[in-house]
Amino acid sequence: MFVINCPYCGERDQSEFSCGGEAHIVRPKQPTELSDDEWAEYLFMRKNIKGVQFERWNHAHGCRKWFNMVRDTSNDKIHAVYKMGEKPPVI
Amino acid sequence: MKNKYSIFSLIKNAFSQHENWKQAWGNPEPKKEYEAVIVGGGGHGLATAYYLAKKHNMKNIAVLEKGWIGGGNTGRNTTIIRSNYLWDASAGLYDHALKIWENLSQELNYNIMFSQRGVINLAHNLQDVRDLKRRTHANRLNGIDAVWLDTKQVKEFCPIINTSPDIRYPVLGGTLQRRAGTARHDAVAWGYARGADAMGVDIIQNCEVKGIKRNGDQVEGLETTKGFIKTKKIGVVAAGHSSVIANMAGLKLPLESKPLQALVSEPVKPIIDTVVMSNAVHAYVSQSDKGELVIGAGTDAYISYTQRGSHDVVEGTLKAILELYPIFSRMKMLRQWGGIVDICPDASPIISKTNIKGLYFNCGWGTGGFKATPGSGDLFAHTIANDEPHKLNAAFNLNRFVSGDLVDEHGAAAVAH
Repeated sequence: MFVINCPYCGERDQSEFSCGGEAHIVRPKQPTELSDDEWAEYLFMRKNIKGVQFERWNHAHGCRKWFNMVRDTSNDKIHAVYKMGEKPPVI
Repeated sequence: MKNKYSIFSLIKNAFSQHENWKQAWGNPEPKKEYEAVIVGGGGHGLATAYYLAKKHNMKNIAVLEKGWIGGGNTGRNTTIIRSNYLWDASAGLYDHALKIWENLSQELNYNIMFSQRGVINLAHNLQDVRDLKRRTHANRLNGIDAVWLDTKQVKEFCPIINTSPDIRYPVLGGTLQRRAGTARHDAVAWGYARGADAMGVDIIQNCEVKGIKRNGDQVEGLETTKGFIKTKKIGVVAAGHSSVIANMAGLKLPLESKPLQALVSEPVKPIIDTVVMSNAVHAYVSQSDKGELVIGAGTDAYISYTQRGSHDVVEGTLKAILELYPIFSRMKMLRQWGGIVDICPDASPIISKTNIKGLYFNCGWGTGGFKATPGSGDLFAHTIANDEPHKLNAAFNLNRFVSGDLVDEHGAAAVAH
């Protein structure tokens, strides 16, 4: 359990949030032209990093807005929080 | 086996105050080269090595374990064994394991304390009732024992359950698999380790894999904390850390690793002689032979490798436990822990070749791998030895995420995810 600094609401308990998994996976521009392998890559394959990971979070029991987070999955330490559409920080 | 355990060996050793028992497995340094190397010395990894040696006559093999054997999820689970899965492929896989469990103590000459005390899955709403009834029918068509119990029968089978109709999630019935039950999880790892060691398998503890060496699309060996080990076949059974190993080989897997928690109470006299699981309220409980209540909680809903887990998850589980079993309201919890589970999008495992030659993965068991330990080891050994899956694990290949032929057990398998 940890505290997340929501970019819209400030510091709240992690249990108010839900995690949307790995961030910056770009939705294919031409879905009809994708091969099965490319679909599998987009839909299912994940880096699942042990260490610093970029991920999406949603303040589900708060402002309900989505944002991005840089978190170390080996110790749950949060390095940065930034809004959707903003450039990911260099960690 | 060199030092067979029996009533006679027990009596003989009693005369020397049990101080002369031989070490059950060795502590070798790694050789330069092996025919096959298994990464991960948990139940699944040790079972894989055991069956490679026993059924496929591969003797020059090693199991690498970064900590101590059975110290990962094998030692952290709630020891429940059952095979009442919905889909045919899963039913085949898990019942294969259950059939091996039934004779495993004899086969390993090691008491794994397998206890077929039955597993009940409770239904708390109309949809649960429909789903669980459907599953009992599917189970029976697959030759797996399953019966539907109404509320009164649930109460008879496990009298401490609160079946009052006015609780928040009333018990509307449940399924019972009588052949299901529990086993002593550490003993499973130890029994397989002893059996594998007796056939010449090197079990190397405190040896962490740091890299996988490839020559084109063929594996050549492993970089480890005990030096380079040459091998043409690598079987990875690293549970929550499967993706970490896969990344070393430049491979991505459809997995997310999350903490799954469990907890045990102070020991008390026998009060619950079966295993009761509830999908809807997410609580399952059994009692260990020491008398502790063994309670399984849920996963945290985010990727983490911390082996801790959040307090609110445990709180949610205990709320459900207290509503179903008011008798436990003054029990004190002794210990709580977390293990890292690797979860597939379809909640089914992967026992598969990869597109790298000589690299095999057995992963994605998520929240319920313990029950499959012997079957998983057997089928993974077959896959490694023949470079082909057995028909029972053919559906559990990596390619299903490309073809779309998923084995979707999410919610279908009475699994409380």
